Amino acid sequence: MIKILIFIVAYLVLAPLVGGLLAGFDRRISARMQGRVGPPLLQPFYDVLKLREKEDITVNRVQDFYVGCFFLFVLVTGGIFFAGGDLLLVIFTLTLASVFLIVAAFSSNSPYAQIGAERELLQMMAYEPMVLLTAVGFYVVEGSFDIRHIVTDSTMDLLPLIGIFLGYIFILTLKFRKSPFDLSMSHHAHQELVKGLTTEFSGKTLSLIEIAHWYENVFLLGFVFLFFANGTVWGAVIGVVVCLLAYFLEVFIDNSFARMKWQVAINSAWIVALVLGMINLFIVAMV
Amino acid sequence: MSYVTKSPWVIHYDGSSCNGCDIEVLACLTPMYDVERFGIINTGNPKHADVFLVTGSVNEQNKAVVKQIYEQMPDPKVVVAVGICANNGGIFKECYNILGGVDTVIPVDVYVPGCAARPEAIIDGVVKGLGVLQEKRNAMASGTAAAIPEPEPAANTEKEEA
Amino acid sequence: MDTIFFLILFPLVVAFVLLVVKADAARDIIVKVAAIVIAAGSIYLAVQYFQNGGQYFDFSNEYVNYVMMVIEACLAVYIIITGIRHKKYLASVFAAIQTPLLIWFELTEGHHLEVVNNLYVDRLTMIMALIIGIVGSLITVYALGYMKDFQHHHAGEKDRRPWFFFVMFLFLAAMFGLVTSNNLIWMYFFWEITSLSSFFLIGYTKTEEATNNAFRALIMNLLGGLGFAVGILILGFVYQTLELSTMIAYATMYPGIMAIPAAFLAFAGITKAAQMPFNSWLLGAMVAPTPTSALLHSSTMVKAGVFLIIKLAPCLGMGNFAGLMVMTVGGVTFLLASFAAISQSNAKKVLAYSTIANLGLIVTCGGIGTAGAVWAGIMLIIFHAITKSLLFLCVGTAEHNIGSRDIEDMDGLFGRMPRLAAFMMIGIAGMFLAPFGMLISKWASMTAFIDSGNLILVGIICFGSAATAFYWTKWLGKMSAIVAGTENIQQNVHKEEWFVQGTLVVLTIAACLAFPIVSSHMLVPYLEGVFGGISAMALSSSNMIIMCVMVAVVLLLILFFFGKSNKKIVPIYMAGANEGDNLTFHASMDKPMAMSLRNWHMESYFGEKKMNIIGGVITAAVIIIGLGLMIGSLVTILTGGAA
Repeated sequence: MIKILIFIVAYLVLAPLVGGLLAGFDRRISARMQGRVGPPLLQPFYDVLKLREKEDITVNRVQDFYVGCFFLFVLVTGGIFFAGGDLLLVIFTLTLASVFLIVAAFSSNSPYAQIGAERELLQMMAYEPMVLLTAVGFYVVEGSFDIRHIVTDSTMDLLPLIGIFLGYIFILTLKFRKSPFDLSMSHHAHQELVKGLTTEFSGKTLSLIEIAHWYENVFLLGFVFLFFANGTVWGAVIGVVVCLLAYFLEVFIDNSFARMKWQVAINSAWIVALVLGMINLFIVAMV
Repeated sequence: MSYVTKSPWVIHYDGSSCNGCDIEVLACLTPMYDVERFGIINTGNPKHADVFLVTGSVNEQNKAVVKQIYEQMPDPKVVVAVGICANNGGIFKECYNILGGVDTVIPVDVYVPGCAARPEAIIDGVVKGLGVLQEKRNAMASGTAAAIPEPEPAANTEKEEA
Repeated sequence: MDTIFFLILFPLVVAFVLLVVKADAARDIIVKVAAIVIAAGSIYLAVQYFQNGGQYFDFSNEYVNYVMMVIEACLAVYIIITGIRHKKYLASVFAAIQTPLLIWFELTEGHHLEVVNNLYVDRLTMIMALIIGIVGSLITVYALGYMKDFQHHHAGEKDRRPWFFFVMFLFLAAMFGLVTSNNLIWMYFFWEITSLSSFFLIGYTKTEEATNNAFRALIMNLLGGLGFAVGILILGFVYQTLELSTMIAYATMYPGIMAIPAAFLAFAGITKAAQMPFNSWLLGAMVAPTPTSALLHSSTMVKAGVFLIIKLAPCLGMGNFAGLMVMTVGGVTFLLASFAAISQSNAKKVLAYSTIANLGLIVTCGGIGTAGAVWAGIMLIIFHAITKSLLFLCVGTAEHNIGSRDIEDMDGLFGRMPRLAAFMMIGIAGMFLAPFGMLISKWASMTAFIDSGNLILVGIICFGSAATAFYWTKWLGKMSAIVAGTENIQQNVHKEEWFVQGTLVVLTIAACLAFPIVSSHMLVPYLEGVFGGISAMALSSSNMIIMCVMVAVVLLLILFFFGKSNKKIVPIYMAGANEGDNLTFHASMDKPMAMSLRNWHMESYFGEKKMNIIGGVITAAVIIIGLGLMIGSLVTILTGGAA
């Protein structure tokens, strides 16, 4: 029980630090890939701290409530994940959190925010099957949705779930909102939708979203970790290294592709889920 | 210690510029000048922005737009008028529909002259603007109205070269 | 047993009283009192048999059988005549085949078969009775106000409300009969009455469209009735029984043996639950007044179909073709109906497709036939009945007050009718979001699907839930949008409507909070009775607690923080051209232009027609193959001489 609490507290404290640093690395690595120097490593923290110093404005009285709920439930999701809870519960809570963010954008009734929200929704529909299949894959191999069981069990799930692993890495691009699938909002200077989903958020509200994304990124990488965890130190080390590699890969993809149409996003994500996810499941179930 | 100067997010608006200055503004983002070194990001959304870069003069058509974008930026915020047209109307000054510089519509904090303004000058202007931003932030924090500082021209590299 | 008789006969009496009462005031009182009595009756039934878990009643009376037979014959004659009069000969043909067939059977073979227990109550029946008694009677109360408006909107037409309320209550009586009959012939009788009630209510407006749709519903349900009759015949001739309990007991002892009659009965369930390829009747039924849609086509009548399939679950399963047929039809329907819902903007059609999809999921659970799957199926029935009726009633109220049932016209409902929008948002959240009801059951069914080893169904539920989230969230977003300059118009809503919707909201939330108790005190004992125990709960108790805590947290947050922001309100961003009212922008030629936002329907991906064709072909093929195989094995059994 105490151990679980320590894990949760560690997550709540460390995840934003790790997530923010990862975002800083992302921006520096991206800059280097583009032949630039790039911002300081701590730039994401500066951004968030600056946002907290800005004037408090909003477009309606309910938006902040939805964003607050988004933030809270991202925390809850991560808390359940790092407390070793149920994998499906984690996914469902994350969906709840995402829906709060989308509803926050919808509530502004702003054209840019709403189009961003609809696209975010599309991205959600695109990645959801693969995320669920990932959980199912763990269940089929480990016989449990329990994250603690998956982590401590002595089998390394990568080999039996190699297809699902690749599929998950694929949809990670959607989850991180990286090019070519940064439809709903972009970290880059392309401004086709202004700032899409986040157009109507500013100041503290925006900083909250930014921090929530750091939390989110950390436990999305936690999923990658699950494929390697086998209860030993080596498994953990390999897991962390692969998480970092996966993050680097996403940055690399981000810088190698232009944004693609929404049709490509949903088609490719669903085809990946069908081919890699389903075939993998069938093979695992047969063996 | 305030973080406003560490992460100035910029919104760029083209009034009735000939696009000369616009190209130079975008040049600042390229690897050659790389303003992201200073945490500068081109957002395109007034609600996220701290610095309002206006190129070109203001005309009858867009004065309301310039005004609205300015109003939609949350405080503290600074306006940098980039190029001689934005400063005082430039060669378009006498045109029938031109109102003049940006300061005919909104308060301008930094003037960056030049035709077109060079990227170095623009960066210098933004960095000067950061000082103003810090002052405004301090005023905001202490609850007093921001003292409007005397506008000062940015480094005049342009003219010397010409 | 008296309670059962009361629950069947009392609504019947009320129905006849309402047929003669013409005054509004008198009807108001009668319906309200009757609703309270029926709800109390169903609760009393549940309390009465809660301790012993229910029992079977060896009530038998020759006359009851004959009375039913005579009524059945009259109904058949009526259907044949109306069918001919409206040139819907298929309806006449179906009625002309099945009723004589069954009467002949009853008078010959069936006469020798002794039915010991005609009626029964078990925990599943209690749950169904509670749904019918509480949700059903709430809807009749709602209908009072709604039908006044309806009559107002259709001024000049003959006031046929006595007839409307007659059918509503007749239907409630039939539903109570249906869920308490152990004798399949009795069940068939009530089954046919629900079909006919639905026919009357869909055709209520007597427009050409309504009549056509009513006949489509009737024909499809009669086809299902034919399946029911064939199932009874096989059961009677080959297995020498007419009792549902005996049938299930045989199936539990000798798995697979009951697959043949079960397949035909399940086929009847599939038509009634509007599974593909029979889903078109439920969509057509949306022409009916909204209380009808809520009562018949979401929370109760269609539940008769899934009730039968859930009941038959021990006879189905992965091991036999009846089970495979049922789960495939259900799964395909769930997936494609969820897709089709994305392409719709008519609120009632979205609700209809979502109903079909959810029924598909319940049917699939029944088809898998394991304890875990049935647990999920029953939970789905409970949550769906409450939440979906809430949503239907909200759409009905919105329609009467804003003049449209199109989601795109519900712009700014949050400002125009805040309370209604809030109710709708709770309903929508209840349909797909953690930690609310439907998701709990979806979670359990997912686990059950994996455990059954049918990975195709697992894939289906993964993709289906993604689509479900899409269409609900975009509606939720539309509801939440705060449009400037809207005027509050909700004071015109009848107070009955508020009362009913408010109660359903409370029930939705209460069901989410109370589901662990429902599970441990109702479902688990029931499943132990039927399946000899539930091996592993899909949801561990700690997860259930987390879910309940989350519900509470969301509610508390809404209570304390919703709308409490005191930040400065600024206009929305419209590229600097916002006219200042958030509704218009400064367009070319110096003119203001209104801004309007529309949802995303992805017609090219999820077009309704495409989904229906694909689904229709697959499911029809599966049903034909499934029933064909059953007939084949029946012939083998008969010619082989083994019964």
